[in-house]
Amino acid sequence: MAVSCVRTMGLVLGKSVNCSSSLDAVMSQLSRQVLGRQICVSCALHRKNLAAAGPEKFTVEFIQKQAEEFNIGKRHLANMMGEDPESFTQEDIDRSIAYLFPSGLFDKKARPLMKHPEEIFPKQRAIQWGADRRPFHFLFYTGKQMYYSVMHELYGKMLKIEKYQDHLRAKGLFSQDVKQISLGTSRWFTKEELEALLVETISTHDYNHFIQLMERLLSLPYCATEVEFVLRYRRQLEAPSAKRIVPLLQRDEWGVAFSTSDGCRKTSNCSVVLRECGSGCITINGQNYLHYFPTLQDREQLMFPFQFTGMLGRFDLECTVSGGGRSSQAGALRLATSRALLSFLSEREAENMRQAGLLTPDPRVRERKKPGQEGARRKFTWNKR
Amino acid sequence: MATRALAKGFLGLRLSRVVPIRFFCGGHQYATAAPVHSAQPENDIVTEKILNEPLENPDFFRVSELFSLKDLFDARVHLGHKKGCRHRLMEPYLYGCRLDQDIIDLDQTVEHLQQALNFTAHIAYRGGIILFVSRRRQFSHLVECTAKDCGEYAHARYWQGGLLTNAPVQYGPGVRLPDLIIFLSTLNNVFQQHVGIRDAAKLNIPTVGVVDSNCNPSLVTYPVPGNDDTPAAMELYCRLFKMTINRAKDKRRRMERIYSLLAPSTQSS
Repeated sequence: MAVSCVRTMGLVLGKSVNCSSSLDAVMSQLSRQVLGRQICVSCALHRKNLAAAGPEKFTVEFIQKQAEEFNIGKRHLANMMGEDPESFTQEDIDRSIAYLFPSGLFDKKARPLMKHPEEIFPKQRAIQWGADRRPFHFLFYTGKQMYYSVMHELYGKMLKIEKYQDHLRAKGLFSQDVKQISLGTSRWFTKEELEALLVETISTHDYNHFIQLMERLLSLPYCATEVEFVLRYRRQLEAPSAKRIVPLLQRDEWGVAFSTSDGCRKTSNCSVVLRECGSGCITINGQNYLHYFPTLQDREQLMFPFQFTGMLGRFDLECTVSGGGRSSQAGALRLATSRALLSFLSEREAENMRQAGLLTPDPRVRERKKPGQEGARRKFTWNKR
Repeated sequence: MATRALAKGFLGLRLSRVVPIRFFCGGHQYATAAPVHSAQPENDIVTEKILNEPLENPDFFRVSELFSLKDLFDARVHLGHKKGCRHRLMEPYLYGCRLDQDIIDLDQTVEHLQQALNFTAHIAYRGGIILFVSRRRQFSHLVECTAKDCGEYAHARYWQGGLLTNAPVQYGPGVRLPDLIIFLSTLNNVFQQHVGIRDAAKLNIPTVGVVDSNCNPSLVTYPVPGNDDTPAAMELYCRLFKMTINRAKDKRRRMERIYSLLAPSTQSS
């Protein structure tokens, strides 16, 4: 079964094998072919969608055959690298491939890779019927069996809740103030996520209908009985702030507390040691900061963390900085100082610093110049003729 | 024409039913498998006997015992639409008209329903695929639950144009189409005839349909004149079809067990 966008590296492998004699002994012709086929650059890895809109391109037998070849190739690779085939993990495979096929390609996705077929080929639905060709799913003939089965289940749950409510009303135990499902930190699946869950394409109309029906379910007072069903289709939102990495507060031989941290901006890198019980004396690469940064703007950048937290005269700074120009070095120093300052501050002040933007590394780097243009964005002067 | 379609349907079903007993898998593009002869002729004789025995009796599955005229009356099956909605071809099935509302003749309904249930039972006995279709939103959940309980299939949603006529492209090559389609309401949401009736007639698939006084019964193989709007009537139909199908499948399992016990030499496959 030929997959059009797979390029094999068999030729390259042959050349590299001829170079090293030790590998020659281990490699047989068969294993070379097998390995050559496995190590492939595949854009199927990043193909988006998964529904059986047309005939299946990868049958189950094909995927199984690929998986067997992958396992054989993994063992051969382990033998080649002189490691134990039994305990050869995916990281070892990646390391070995990076060693055997060093690639200077910029795009990580374009480099040679060797992964299990399950991760490379997109998930597709298996054949939907059995030996007697009766379909497995009772809604097979609708064309959208997974979506309609979800809707059917949803409606069934709604009917169940309404029946329960009627039962309670008949007994006189119905009350409006029942514990509701807490949906604070979650959101509904997007259309793409739902499609990935159901392995089926869904139109926007269908998706809106689904969300509408879910909202209707949630509007019922006793919907708390079906929490697991509802939460199956909601995604938890990540907490906005990840755990902050606060640098360690160390003490030197005189008992003075100090902390170290790094910072970078554009191409500058710096390392800063922030000492307490100081008088605001700052040394950069052995020089005083007044000499190192003659410009006011750079010194302002350097002082900003202290000025913001109100700790201007309390600390001593000892910095080393390299790379970049004066402005980027100042920015790197500012970031490093803010990070070092975290170990002396409370949570609230740290949050204030984060909101002020002191703890965010500036991701801007110089954009490359493109051919056919004068600069990164500037085009050549347009001439009418 | 109906009997010819019936016989052809049975022939196709019989030959395809040979396949699972032999556990012969393969992706077939065509409806009939090649008949398997040499290895186990005893199995074929047993299958022949199993398949031919119900055909000797007019009411082998005793479907007439499942309901009575009184049940139909209590479920309000005799109530049709108003005189203005009447379809010309439904006039033979109407008993009369009272205060502008059409009343369906329940004697005829009983006969038609018995024939329809008998046919469904035979199809289920032979392991055919039965598809329940209804485009009424109030009863779609009921129809789907009925199909799930029988182990058959349902389509109570929007009918895409090529579901039957363009099946190999829609579902994949080698798909098996339904052997019977049961319409619990022959009209769609705009009060026009359901596309499935015409498609089934095109593909020689027999249909059973509950036709109300505003429906066209001509293309339906086994029309059942009756009310399709009342929940009581729909629940009655669903219950009846479910009972027949389950009965027929149980009967099939029992027959297979009986015949496999009677002929122990053919048990090893």
